[in-house]
Amino acid sequence: MCGIVGLYLKNPKLQPKLGQLFKPMLIEMTSRGPDSAGVAIYRNPAKKGFTKFSLAHDDAKFGWKKLAAALKSATKKQVSVQQIGNHAIVTTNAKEEAVTSWLKAHHPDVRVVGSGQAIEIFKETGLPEKVYEKFDLGKAKGSHIIGHTRMATESAVTTAGSHPFATGADLCLVHNGSLSNHNRLRENLKREGLEFQTENDTEVAAAYMTWKLRQGSSLKETLEAGIKDLDGFYTFCVGTHDGFAVVRDPIACKHAILAETDDWVAMATEFRAIAHLPGADKAKIWEPAPQTIYNWGGH
Amino acid sequence: MAPRNALARKSNEQHMIEIDLEKEGVRGVNSRLHTLPKDTNERHWLIRNPMGQHAIACGLDAPITVEVGGHAGFYCGGMNKQAEILIHGHAGPGVAENMMSGIVRVDGNASQSAGATGNGGLLVIKGDAASRCGISMKGIDIVVGGSVGHMSAFMAQRGHLVVCGDAGEALGDSIYEARLYVRGKVDSLGADCIEKKMTDHHLAKLARLLDKAEIKANPKDFRRFGSARKLYNFNIDHADAY
Repeated sequence: MCGIVGLYLKNPKLQPKLGQLFKPMLIEMTSRGPDSAGVAIYRNPAKKGFTKFSLAHDDAKFGWKKLAAALKSATKKQVSVQQIGNHAIVTTNAKEEAVTSWLKAHHPDVRVVGSGQAIEIFKETGLPEKVYEKFDLGKAKGSHIIGHTRMATESAVTTAGSHPFATGADLCLVHNGSLSNHNRLRENLKREGLEFQTENDTEVAAAYMTWKLRQGSSLKETLEAGIKDLDGFYTFCVGTHDGFAVVRDPIACKHAILAETDDWVAMATEFRAIAHLPGADKAKIWEPAPQTIYNWGGH
Repeated sequence: MAPRNALARKSNEQHMIEIDLEKEGVRGVNSRLHTLPKDTNERHWLIRNPMGQHAIACGLDAPITVEVGGHAGFYCGGMNKQAEILIHGHAGPGVAENMMSGIVRVDGNASQSAGATGNGGLLVIKGDAASRCGISMKGIDIVVGGSVGHMSAFMAQRGHLVVCGDAGEALGDSIYEARLYVRGKVDSLGADCIEKKMTDHHLAKLARLLDKAEIKANPKDFRRFGSARKLYNFNIDHADAY
């Protein structure tokens, strides 16, 4: 099961309504994934030289301000923090490796769920509607957003096992399906120095993409390599800095639908998630072909 | 069979009953259509606000016309008997699956497994159909104005699949006695599916199907595919093909 949804606004005038337009899309997929939900939203790009980190902690009362102050004095760089639910967006001009290694040493219980210039990732167990409310996404402005509703079949129902999974700067992945070679692949990727927080199959796909991108592959090359190396059933939606990409396995039995108007492009596991968008009745609608990379945005 | 326009004209003369699916829900709409007596005078229905919901107008068994005023979700028109179902938009996976008789027409594209396991009747898709179109078809006729995806007519047993565009990989894999007509290119043929000679008999049948589907195309532009009949029973000499 699981539901995945993505919305990319071609018309910038709609950007103030991104969170509002996306809400019914995610909620409509509740029946496909009632146990957890998550979104990656692209908004408020950080200034040049700055990176936004999406951090999460299981304790809703965790002292994020204290963490930011300590990070500031440790790195001697600018650090600002905004708490949203049990997540926080930390913006800093410190080097990414310096931040992640400091967090690992001083706050091993804080999870880095994403990082980049524009991406913010929020994910949590619970009904999609509750998760959406918790992170105050209904009023969110932004350029594009992808989301996931999870019905766990393959690993535990935990916040860490929820999607999206970060795959690199401003990149993340949501997945509908299940991978069959993830255990072997995980061991291979561990040898390449990648670290894992869960036993989840999608985390392995995300780590695989992170590894490929680090080696210098383009997003398209990475997805093409993934079609060869990832075995199993999948429809992936990949959030990128300025859009999203959709790819399906060669058998393409996990549902997917794309719709496009002059104002937006949307993808979803089922069309009913898209039906709520303005102009959906007149949209061009089609099922994406297998092993074909569909990409919106400049990449 | 009266052509669609004539049917619509005939229907317009009668009172068309509109149902709002958003208000009545799929069960509400379907149960109204299921409880119609066979000799009903309420023969023309319009379902508004389908909103991609699943199983719209499934299991109908009356000679009525049902128009779906927008995009439908999964299994629209499934198990249809007798009814004419017109979908004015896209149809999700499994449109007209296991249809017994009647007509289902899709104005837009259709997702995967269109007409799956259909026993009879006619499914017309004006746009493209995705993968596995006509999978395990058992007597249904399917006419696609555009192209079909991979594994179409997989294990197709009876009936006709007409594709005015192209066909994806492994067309007609493990096919039995269904007949496939393709106008465009075929990416590849599945196991035991071969090209066959188009005779006058086949041309005439294809012309009738296109006519019934109201799709303009010259039957002579099509190629015919069917079963080599080598995989019907296990044969050790063909073990590699299974």
